Amino acid sequence: MATAEEVAKAAERRDVRARWLLSAPALLVILLAATGPLLIVLVYSFLTPGAYGDVKWQFSPEAWVSVFMERDIFDDTLSLAAAHVTIFLRSIKLAVVTTLATLALGFPTAYFMATRSEKTRDLWLFLITIPFWTNLLIRTFAVLQIIRNEGIVNTILLKLGIVSAPVQILYTDTAILIGMAYVYLPLMVLPIYASMEKLDFRLVEAGYDLYATRFKVLRKIIFPLVKPGVIAGSILVFIPALGAYVTPSVLGGGKNMMLSNLIELQFGQGRNWPLGSALSITVMIIVMVALLAYVRNAGKSGVRHG
Amino acid sequence: MASNFSIKHQPGFTAIAATCFVVLYLPIIVLVIYAFNAASSTSEWGGFSLKWFQSAWQNTQVIDATMRSFQIGAIAAALATIFATMAALATTRTPPYPGLTFKYAAINQPLMVPEIVTGVALLIFFSRIKIFTGYSGLGYLIAAHTAFCIPFAYLPIRARLENMDLTLERAAADLYATPWKTFRRITLPLLWPGILAGLMLAFVISLDDVVITEFVKSGGQDTLPTYMLGQIRRGITPEINAISTAFLLLSVAIVTLFFFVSRKRD
Repeated sequence: MATAEEVAKAAERRDVRARWLLSAPALLVILLAATGPLLIVLVYSFLTPGAYGDVKWQFSPEAWVSVFMERDIFDDTLSLAAAHVTIFLRSIKLAVVTTLATLALGFPTAYFMATRSEKTRDLWLFLITIPFWTNLLIRTFAVLQIIRNEGIVNTILLKLGIVSAPVQILYTDTAILIGMAYVYLPLMVLPIYASMEKLDFRLVEAGYDLYATRFKVLRKIIFPLVKPGVIAGSILVFIPALGAYVTPSVLGGGKNMMLSNLIELQFGQGRNWPLGSALSITVMIIVMVALLAYVRNAGKSGVRHG
Repeated sequence: MASNFSIKHQPGFTAIAATCFVVLYLPIIVLVIYAFNAASSTSEWGGFSLKWFQSAWQNTQVIDATMRSFQIGAIAAALATIFATMAALATTRTPPYPGLTFKYAAINQPLMVPEIVTGVALLIFFSRIKIFTGYSGLGYLIAAHTAFCIPFAYLPIRARLENMDLTLERAAADLYATPWKTFRRITLPLLWPGILAGLMLAFVISLDDVVITEFVKSGGQDTLPTYMLGQIRRGITPEINAISTAFLLLSVAIVTLFFFVSRKRD
């Protein structure tokens, strides 16, 4: 006879086995069409480029060397690859500035939304959600129409006589920045709003009662309390901004490359799949570092999110 | 305290918020207005006209791409939702068991990796399989879309499950309902709003994808977004505005529906 304990153990084992079976299809699809291929990218980054794209199955660290270095065709000496470094720095800079810009605009917006009456809050949330779920390409295209030489911005500037010739915004870093800030703004607002909604305004009142100024209350009470939301929003904006493909290729033109365009180039005209792979892994590493920083920070503040 | 002192007020915040909402909607509104422009260039206004909608409607490339988008989106969203529902049932309302953390990480993995990286990874992997099997149909796009839709379908379903306690299911089991009957008569009806929300979210996500589709598709497999990207790169005509406007209306309709489905009974 099995004891009650043994019966319970067996039931638990059955339960765990059933749970594995239930989750198997999802895990399998993700393993095959998302996670697994990343490992192949890692392998490819250590191979030799083939003549017409793809690779030769021959180990070579060359792709990793070329991520930041350039080999001189004549004397084989290595020097810093200025083009790649420029693109890396530009991508990181644009992603950081986009994050800061969306934070500067998104924080007050989330605050405004969270301080409305309970009924109207839903409406504001809905209004922020609509652009969020509107196709990113369409939103980028909408920005393109606003900032191009014949667009609204230039028409107004010309009519008001502020400029005498249209300002070239399109196909510059500024255009990419405007576009990214525009498309990623809801990603910043939503998590900050989620934190802000839970804010206990009695603490704010206590601050004022103790003669704190508005700015001091904002800095010493509100900001620390919603910091997890701010960090979550920053991560949500920074990661897609760093790997952005659609916005820079539509608004940046051919010259203002970002990492994604550089990677695409290696798989297209460049026919250097190992270099493209090494660059992809590098992007992943930057993202992972950002995520780790987030996890550590979220752990420290002791607030569960998401 | 003076009556005009509101503790919730912060100077300038309302103005910035107002600017944000105006800025968010202005470009979209301009885009929609220019879809009704009779002129053939987007820089001047030639009067109200529906001709660009008509021309998009008669453009076989646009119709093909739209059909393909819907086909991929419908299949991928359905598969992703079924798999996500199963996975959500397997990962909620349970004491921790070995592998649970791994499952969370695996299911959310597509959200953590930049799309461009997933795109090239699938390009490499699927091009190998293409050479190996000779198959070059829509299966690759469907597989890719299913994979990145799973976490989006999973989120609302899991959220709904976590708010459901096990009492009713236990009661059903006490009344000798089989596990399948309990699932069909109790769990599924209660879970249904979450499943519906997950399905809609997955469909919108699939419909929106440009980057991964761009890298995975074979020749002649344009979806609506990749077709539009190609057109925008070549130079803009008001036809793109018309297509965008139609697409936009669809997204807004789905989001509105989603908003009400997920709000209900919460």
